[in-house]
Amino acid sequence: MTHPFLFLQWIEQQLHTHVGQHVTYTWLVMFILFAVAFVASRGIKMVPNSWQNLMESVVSGIENLLVETMGPKGRTYFPMIATFSLFILVSNLIGLIPGMYPPTANLNTNVALALTVFVMTHIIGIKEHGFSYLKHFMGPILALAPLIFIIEVIGHLARPLSLSLRLFGNMYGHEIVLMIFIALVPLLLPIPMMLMGVLVSFIQAFVFTLLAMIYIAGALEEAH
Amino acid sequence: MTFFAWCVMAAGIGMGIGSVGTGIGQGLAIKSAVEGVARNPSASGKILTTMMIGLAMIESLAIYVFVVCMIILFANPFIEQVMTLAG
Repeated sequence: MTHPFLFLQWIEQQLHTHVGQHVTYTWLVMFILFAVAFVASRGIKMVPNSWQNLMESVVSGIENLLVETMGPKGRTYFPMIATFSLFILVSNLIGLIPGMYPPTANLNTNVALALTVFVMTHIIGIKEHGFSYLKHFMGPILALAPLIFIIEVIGHLARPLSLSLRLFGNMYGHEIVLMIFIALVPLLLPIPMMLMGVLVSFIQAFVFTLLAMIYIAGALEEAH
Repeated sequence: MTFFAWCVMAAGIGMGIGSVGTGIGQGLAIKSAVEGVARNPSASGKILTTMMIGLAMIESLAIYVFVVCMIILFANPFIEQVMTLAG
């Protein structure tokens, strides 16, 4: 149960290739982001023109949020966080255009993103603290460490699960609700649902970015 | 045939029960956030961010239920066994 017509899927069938639609639409999102970045950074001026203005406000908005959440130390990880938020936002919003399919409505894309966050968290933690990163898993009392360790490991393993399933459930659920509404009454009724889709897209991109920031900030801080 | 009827019922009732708890939880969270903003409007930015994280955490419970319902409805792992049992 997806969109009635997906133009990239159609092109794919004409070419007889077997790439999933989430992969082709991920390429489309990548292409859009590359194109916008290229157009915005082609002629950087002191007084920005339209595209540079747009991208400057987006980038500075993300940076403000990052510094607010992680402190000035988090500025090192700005490229990764900004990539996550821009990619997820564009791929969520692309699903509102007829003939397009959001890549985030497929679990594979989201697991890839969430596993990247998960692995990066621990790499950053080990890079920052070395061997004493293990103290993060031990808790404050040494006698209780074996118990706390198991609980912490389960908690850490639940992070990629919840990150990926949250984004997937929201986007896929929205797709399905929209399809059911279109099947029931195609005229005007889906429009309020699509407006809510805009809201959901922004909130989910925001939440994913915020949780990634919080996980990385948790790996950065000192264990107590 | 009864198996599929029960699958549909399980998905519907499960989603209903799941959304009740999530609704109460999110309502409580938003209630406290609104009270906090009413008392101290200048802190609304921080309260909004914290509330969003909390809401996302609570909402994932309903999302898990939704994913399980979708698995029951569209990707049921037991369909082959049931079909062979039914003959």
